[in-house]
Amino acid sequence: MGDVTDFTWEQWFGVLLLAGVGVLILDLLRRLAVGDLGASTLTTFLWRGLVDGLIVGLAAVGLSMTYSILRFANFSHGDLVTTGAFSGWTAVWVIGGLGAADLGSRLLLNADRSTSARALDVHVYAEPLAIVAGLVIAALVTILVALAIDRLVYRRMRDSGGIPLLIASVGVALVLRYLIVFLYGERTRGVVRSSPSIDHPLLFWTDGVVVHELIMVGSAVVLMVGLHVLLQYTKLGTAMRAMADNRDLALITGIPTERVILATWVIGAGLTGVAGYLIVLEQETLNFNTGWFLLLLIFAAVILGGIGSIYGAITGGLIIGLADNVMLVWISGDLTRVAAFMLMILILIFRPQGLFGGVETA
Amino acid sequence: MTVDDPDTDPDRPATDGSGAAPASPLEGAAAVTESRPRWQVDLGYIVLTTIGIYVLITALGLLTGLGFGGVFRQLQTVTFLAAAYALVVLALNLHWGYTGLFNIGVAGFMAVGAYGMAILTAPTEGTTTPGLGLPMWVGIPVGVALAGLVGLIVVLPALRIRADYFAIVTLAFAEVIRLTINSGALADVDAFGRQLGTGGGRGINFPLLEHAIPRWVLYEGGDPAQGATFVGVQVLTVTNRLGIERTVVESAIYTSVLVGLVAVVFVLSVRTANSPFGRLLKGIREDELATKSLGKNTDLVKIKVFVLGCAIMGLAGIFWQGRNGYVDPDAFLPIITFYIFIALIIGGSGSNTGSVVGALVFAGVLFEGPPYVQRIINQVIDLPRPTTIYDAVVALGSFDPLPLVGYTVGQLANLRFVLFGVILILLMIYRPDGLLGHRDEPASPLDLRAERPTDGPSSVDGGDDDE
Repeated sequence: MGDVTDFTWEQWFGVLLLAGVGVLILDLLRRLAVGDLGASTLTTFLWRGLVDGLIVGLAAVGLSMTYSILRFANFSHGDLVTTGAFSGWTAVWVIGGLGAADLGSRLLLNADRSTSARALDVHVYAEPLAIVAGLVIAALVTILVALAIDRLVYRRMRDSGGIPLLIASVGVALVLRYLIVFLYGERTRGVVRSSPSIDHPLLFWTDGVVVHELIMVGSAVVLMVGLHVLLQYTKLGTAMRAMADNRDLALITGIPTERVILATWVIGAGLTGVAGYLIVLEQETLNFNTGWFLLLLIFAAVILGGIGSIYGAITGGLIIGLADNVMLVWISGDLTRVAAFMLMILILIFRPQGLFGGVETA
Repeated sequence: MTVDDPDTDPDRPATDGSGAAPASPLEGAAAVTESRPRWQVDLGYIVLTTIGIYVLITALGLLTGLGFGGVFRQLQTVTFLAAAYALVVLALNLHWGYTGLFNIGVAGFMAVGAYGMAILTAPTEGTTTPGLGLPMWVGIPVGVALAGLVGLIVVLPALRIRADYFAIVTLAFAEVIRLTINSGALADVDAFGRQLGTGGGRGINFPLLEHAIPRWVLYEGGDPAQGATFVGVQVLTVTNRLGIERTVVESAIYTSVLVGLVAVVFVLSVRTANSPFGRLLKGIREDELATKSLGKNTDLVKIKVFVLGCAIMGLAGIFWQGRNGYVDPDAFLPIITFYIFIALIIGGSGSNTGSVVGALVFAGVLFEGPPYVQRIINQVIDLPRPTTIYDAVVALGSFDPLPLVGYTVGQLANLRFVLFGVILILLMIYRPDGLLGHRDEPASPLDLRAERPTDGPSSVDGGDDDE
């Protein structure tokens, strides 16, 4: 990117983008001052943006890791999110719903419409153990599925280019998604009861904190900190960085590349599965398309932060989440995604290394 | 995907190298040698695939007592779908197969074409989403031009980005288009002093092209009251005598017009591929830097071919939705793009013949096949229908496999997507060139082999071995 023309393009784009964001922030302040926009509305948008952003960020970390180490855009990533969601909530229903409904409808998340989340009383106060178990199982099942896919498909294509791998990943996405349909059916089902909330005078900025959202934020932050520690203070992190940088060189230096790839899938898929599980904890409903519809947003987060950068993916997720919610001040809800995708397209075209200069920290 | 493949099939006709276009001036020269020219071979592939699929559908249907009516409807659906797919697949082949532009926003360009036409031709009054009420001969070209224009807007900034970024950009654009159409913001707009709009989620009703186009062929001015045209008289006399219903005739004409369009685009595509412009496309695909260093303006070539392909996609979108007389955003989900890709990859990207064969196989066997088989099985056997797979597996415990079979048959429509995925994966691992993509397309307009009959084909192709 040393080219002078590229540089000026980028600078122009950066200036324009910053100016745009500046204008929007000024307008936001103006609206707050004039009273067009209530402070509580804004805090709600910000909080929801944080919640959405952390989850998108969590899912984006996995995508970013596979993108930088295996060097392809994994279009089956969204369906790994769905896999995590279905497996985790199946575990919650099987463990938590013991006795409340028969095994068949619990195993298939009420595919036969004989029970409901209300009947099983699925929320965190009633079933704390089941919800924790679900989180772990979501991660485990997603890891196993991802490893099986890598063994069956991607491993045979290690030396193919990015595009054949991308196409194969579309195939994987279709297989995963419709196997889930085969097992669970096409219906959108509610799997969680609406969350209890805490109301306390200390929580001055909101009427009440939704406990499920608090759990989401907590789990996401803990996982991200854990990931940071793992990658900064272990050899694995260095090995991953080396592989992302130059695979052949890494191989020559004696880095066991296949083992690093394995670790990439374990960490990436685990976080992705958890993200899928937590998304459902918040939105309470689940469908075989849940992850697929999120895929482009996850890509947007990865690209915004710079492909290969884990901190970039988290930041990108937060920006996307915040933008998706705060944009509601100016545009209607059905256009916020359009704005997010346009932002992603502009970044890809004018600043493909991402907002933060593409420091690969994998 | 290669221009000259050294591993050429040894028993391929020796005159493969002759101009592939039917109208090629080399046709005569090729006919001198004893093997058939390439365009005949190619036509043979297409005709054989069509016949094969027709025979398969007819045999399956008749053997299991589906009756002539059912078989006929199935054949008609398959023909229409295959032709509609073939049109888009040919366009995508121009993008990806020849130029290497990895466009996965196909559904978006189809949407632009179809919506452009729908807004122009929808009646001004008496419908939920009024349009401009213009005739279809205005609507269709404008829709096609709009699709090309949007293609231009997409490709201009995206010319120099990496292939995988290009993919994400095009996919995101397609989603932006679909979500914008779907949003309430543009659903009802006042423009040109009229009520207009995309209708949001409720879509747009417009005059059925399946009626309009055949009537235009059959009657003077497209109006049955004004009497039949010369063609119309012939067709109507024959069909009246045979006792075929008017609606059947009309939809048959509609499909024929579409097949004719496919033929035109096919010939154009083949000629493009064999022209100097086509060699530039292949050059960009193989090595853009090398092509650039030969002094070629690769950016301009990419823009041209992208816009052309997008316009054809728009045309396909128009014909595809013209059969329903109704468009809504859900018809343009990203999955449509992947259908097109599967068809292209089966046939072999970089081959026009492969594109058509792929479209036929995809529409006739993979897409329409499983529901057809399901219909036939339901007609023949009365299988138990458990509502969930759990019940089916429980029955398996008491050694009764029938419920599981019944459940699987009931799920065939969904399971075909698993099949698509498996095929895509297997093709990418074992045969990335598809059925016909491995064949060499001669870079030279002259048949080099014809002048040196003693040389084997490999010695002519061998020039590129050292690359």
